Amino acid sequence: MSQRLKIVLAGNPNCGKSSVFNKLTGLKQKITNVPGTTIENKVGKFTVGDTEIDLIDTPGTYSFNPKSLDEKEAIKVFFEDPAPDTILYVADAANLKRNFFYFSQLAQHNTPMVLVLNMLDIANFKGFEIDIDRLEKELGIRVFKINARLGDGVKELKKALAEQQFVPHYTFGSENDHTHESHYDSISKLLNKTTTLKSKRELISNKIDTWATHPILGYLLFLVVLLVIFQSVFTLASYPMDWIELGFGELSEYLSKTLPDGWLKKLIINGLIAGIAGVVVFVPQIAILFFFMGLLEDTGYMARVSFIMDKMLRGLGLSGKSVVPLLSGAACAIPAIMSTRNIENWKDRLITIMVTPLMSCSARLPVYTLLISMAIPSDQYYGFVSLQALVMLAMYVLGTVAALVAAVVFKWIIRHDIPSYFIMELPIYHVPRWRNIWLNMWQKSLSFVKEAGKVILIVSVVLWFLASYGPRADKTFSIQESATLEQSYAGYFGKGIEPAIEPIGFNWKIGISLITSFAAREVFVGTMSTIYSVGDEENFEQLRAKMNKDKLPNGEPVYTLAVVLSLMVFYAFAMQCMSTLAVVYKETKSWKWPAIQFVYMTALAYLGSWLVFNLFH
Amino acid sequence: MKLSELHIGHIARIVSLDDSPYKEKLQEMGCIPGVLVKPILKAPFGDPIAFELEEYTLSMRKNEADSVLVKPLDPLFYTH
Repeated sequence: MSQRLKIVLAGNPNCGKSSVFNKLTGLKQKITNVPGTTIENKVGKFTVGDTEIDLIDTPGTYSFNPKSLDEKEAIKVFFEDPAPDTILYVADAANLKRNFFYFSQLAQHNTPMVLVLNMLDIANFKGFEIDIDRLEKELGIRVFKINARLGDGVKELKKALAEQQFVPHYTFGSENDHTHESHYDSISKLLNKTTTLKSKRELISNKIDTWATHPILGYLLFLVVLLVIFQSVFTLASYPMDWIELGFGELSEYLSKTLPDGWLKKLIINGLIAGIAGVVVFVPQIAILFFFMGLLEDTGYMARVSFIMDKMLRGLGLSGKSVVPLLSGAACAIPAIMSTRNIENWKDRLITIMVTPLMSCSARLPVYTLLISMAIPSDQYYGFVSLQALVMLAMYVLGTVAALVAAVVFKWIIRHDIPSYFIMELPIYHVPRWRNIWLNMWQKSLSFVKEAGKVILIVSVVLWFLASYGPRADKTFSIQESATLEQSYAGYFGKGIEPAIEPIGFNWKIGISLITSFAAREVFVGTMSTIYSVGDEENFEQLRAKMNKDKLPNGEPVYTLAVVLSLMVFYAFAMQCMSTLAVVYKETKSWKWPAIQFVYMTALAYLGSWLVFNLFH
Repeated sequence: MKLSELHIGHIARIVSLDDSPYKEKLQEMGCIPGVLVKPILKAPFGDPIAFELEEYTLSMRKNEADSVLVKPLDPLFYTH
């Protein structure tokens, strides 16, 4: 008889849960969004004989009384309908006592459980001997040894999951005493019966920590790690990005030859394909950044970074846990904001969300690249330091400083009574679990494409319409013709906002780009290409030359140093990303915060641009 | 004495936890009266502090460590 089982995977953070999940489900897993929430559950399927098993992964949790949004999501699955058939609990064998605490709370739920002891190699190294048979007898449930890294014991576990499982009969706490003390007391008694400590050896972890958290070397190491990451993001990603651009270029060329002329053709090539290309081209950079983030998290180094950065960030209204979102923000604010969920304190989390979009994300990169090449001479100092690279670096520093200053301001403004705390496990260092890192990178990149893709696609189509059609209905305009773009809806909008942007040095052409950039910042380059009738969107050289030649009515060039710098500052600060606003709304569950974010960033951009324009004018 | 005042490498037994918004979190992480703790690492500027607790390493801010009362063991029992 075939049956279908729903099994929930639970456990503390750093217990090797994702390795167990990946080993059990192979690649047959997907991230599902629970309707109406931002909850992402990973669901994997596998079959044993004629039993179909849905395995649901939950974020690592320390207790059944959730402290962070991550933890709240983790326990929701236990209240779903249908209720889980079995809870598969993964415990770090080298750290059993604390790992048993969450177990002891789940054991009250009258749901059959299976206990998996992971990381026994480390437990053995530390000198622990665990009597599995005794543990099974005391708990009244099946207990499995597993080495998720190597895959030992996975087969036996898989087979057993299809069988009848049992509700734990060991009493944690007592009938009417379920305090933390009483639970820990019961756990101690259980472990005294089932484990023995033979010898205690110091782990290499502690030795690494004296260096990784050293007052000087610790920060130096972090700086080196950052440089390696950013170097890789920019150099390694440039190859696949070139291929993607080339591929989309070929595709639109092919389509423009084969499709019949008409509005549909223009919509597909200039609206849809241009929109999709704009998203996909950033995937390499984002994937590489996610790869490194995953690597730092998986090895345990990220926790040390939080540890040494906490004191500094605390003064700014942030916490050590803000490090990951802020760094991720350098790739893309969307996943960065989603990664704030493990910050327990609401105020810390909110401030992190509010300032992360000021970090220079990869969408600003093509804008900076174009503008820098227009206004900054390609001089080299000492043979290797290029002035253009220095200006680029300055833009990143500008974004970071702005984010930190904004954090201080929000710290003063936002009222919140619950003091923030920073109580965090420092997991032992691990050799990277590559499979987990790759999977994590793949899933996060995919979710970026889906999240950002939806918005950018819709806006691209709308913008295409606005740029292609005008209020004068007697004729339609081609997006390729700049003279007619002026008479399109977009052109009217651009002219409409010209008085507002004149004080910061922008004309109506830039105005159009500012409007279209609201879909995504990199659209600036595409819009400029359209306005200046550069056929090939990626032909920077050609575009740059045309823009530099553009003259004001009085004969002066349009793109002076002051205008270009003003534009760069505007793009550094302005909130020109609909997808980010949508994510902020989802994460804060209110339109208030994305609205405030939009207003303060745009105001900051306008002021900054005004200042720079008038300084250099 | 307060857990935050304990010197690196010294071992103490947790006596009690003050009431605070993070008391529950500390308890969940294993800070229970009777448990042994040993500060092993301080971040630059002396805050946060990492402790060996049971079989793992727990870090917390000085502020949080202030709320944990401990009784130090006699160093003669464990130093060489």
